[in-house]
Amino acid sequence: MLEVEGLSGGYRHLPVLHEVSLRVEPGEIVAVLGANGAGKSTLLKAIAGLIGRSGRIRFAGEEITSWPAHRIARRGLHLVPEGRRLFPGLSVRDNLRLGAYARRGAPDRLAPLEEVFALFPRLRERLDQRAGTLSGGEQQMLAIGRGLMTAPHLLMLDEPSQGIAPRLVDELFAAIEAIRQSSRAVLLVEQRLAEALALADRAYVLQSGRIVMEGPARDIAADPAIRRAYLGM
Amino acid sequence: MSAADLAQVAASGLLIGLLYALIAAGLSLIFGLMDVVNFAHGELLMLAMYATFLLNRAAGLDPLLATPLIALFLFALGLVLYRGLMARALTVTVNRGMVQIFITFGLAIFLRGAAQFAFGAEFRSIPKSWLANESARLGPVILPWPQLAAGLIAFLAFLLLFLVLRSEFGRALEATREDREAVALIGIDRERIFALGFGLGTGAVGIAGAALAAFYYISPDVGANFALIAYVTVALGGFGSLAGALLAGILIGEVEAFTAFLLTPSLKQLGMFALYVAVLALRPQGLFGARQ
Ligand SMILES: Nc1ncnc2c1ncn2[C@@H]1O[C@H](COP(=O)(O)OP(=O)(O)O)[C@@H](O)[C@H]1O
Ligand SMILES: [Mg+2]
Repeated sequence: MLEVEGLSGGYRHLPVLHEVSLRVEPGEIVAVLGANGAGKSTLLKAIAGLIGRSGRIRFAGEEITSWPAHRIARRGLHLVPEGRRLFPGLSVRDNLRLGAYARRGAPDRLAPLEEVFALFPRLRERLDQRAGTLSGGEQQMLAIGRGLMTAPHLLMLDEPSQGIAPRLVDELFAAIEAIRQSSRAVLLVEQRLAEALALADRAYVLQSGRIVMEGPARDIAADPAIRRAYLGM
Repeated sequence: MSAADLAQVAASGLLIGLLYALIAAGLSLIFGLMDVVNFAHGELLMLAMYATFLLNRAAGLDPLLATPLIALFLFALGLVLYRGLMARALTVTVNRGMVQIFITFGLAIFLRGAAQFAFGAEFRSIPKSWLANESARLGPVILPWPQLAAGLIAFLAFLLLFLVLRSEFGRALEATREDREAVALIGIDRERIFALGFGLGTGAVGIAGAALAAFYYISPDVGANFALIAYVTVALGGFGSLAGALLAGILIGEVEAFTAFLLTPSLKQLGMFALYVAVLALRPQGLFGARQ
């Protein structure tokens, strides 16, 4: 579904990623782990088309390396970014509807709402509230909900548990598990390594912008040497 | 001052105030969306007035009928200006503020020069229209029909703008205004929203220009004064606020009309600036602006 080959990218005067290769198959949950500053967010932004990149990115059979970000999103590859980037002055309802804006020709464009409410019932109670006034956990739920409204085939989540009350984290990870479907995959960046490795099928370890390790999540979780060397656990 | 005088002055102030409000709305919309002050706003108004004048002279088209055409023309021009000039100015990384000021400032000077070249400096006016020299009588108040029509057109244009902003497109505009990077993540093409928003702003000033041309003189620098009033209106109403622009525009129209009536017409802008200074002292964000 997603194939990344030799991807390099970064910011002005600061190359961050060096020849990164990874792939995600339909129905998979794939984790990308690594220390702070390893380049995980940069990797997701490069795939989503938000920053300059070179290499080859194929998604759903198409070469998307040079596509602008909005076109990549429309194709079904959605990034729930670091910091969530909601529209804080708009209501929860408007944030959700905007997720479907790009598909406004389609009669069933609001159909994903049902799934969003099933995953995050509390969003339904907050429909008229401004997004900026939600708690951290609710904002993350809304960000994922808005993403689901774009009807994505691949959802990329950048540290969804960041800034969330501990009691909500389990709920969140359960939702991520439920989001994975036979045809829908998840690429997950997380600081909570144990939870992420328990959830993921496979994992990549990123260090200084390079993939230094990849394998089944279970193996990585079970190997204390790897955990010490790359993840500081 | 008799009650009849009072009503007469208030009605005139309201009519011109509605036009001020519409001009300011276009400016405010563009500023709110992309943080750019369009210094060519007055010149676009001037262009719309000349276009109305030409349509009238060449095809005998009444300004009233020309209004939708001029609105479309200015909307299309706005799209072209955005794609050709503004988009570039928005992406520069060095001296961004300066570049954005000079790009619209340069456009203003160019448009003024072009008008001077094409039409000369003399004042023009629409030679013949249906409503010219007609007046409506409402009780003691007598209102010239061209002004009355212009006020009504401005009001309708405002309703239309409100409807557009409440539509799904309006929501996308609002979202783009809140986070111009994040909208790309949900598949919204920011450049398209910016171009359409810019076009809406110039379209609004096009409607105002056509309505104004029916009764106001036309010259290459007729826009300057209206632009000045528009900047004050936007600051008074609160940057980016459409309701604020409507209220502030009417307020300025009234203050101007009453200053002219009570003092002398040559001082009519004194009241406007006094009001502006007073509001800014008490409420720096403007009447409807959000506090920082
Ligand atoms: N917007 C930015 N501009 C410039 N440098 C950045 C920006 N964002 C991140 N960086 C730098 O890129 C490197 C990788 O950052 P990031 O991808 O955010 O790491 P991670 O998400 O793994 O913590 C860091 O050195 C960081 O300072
Ligand atoms: Mg990060």
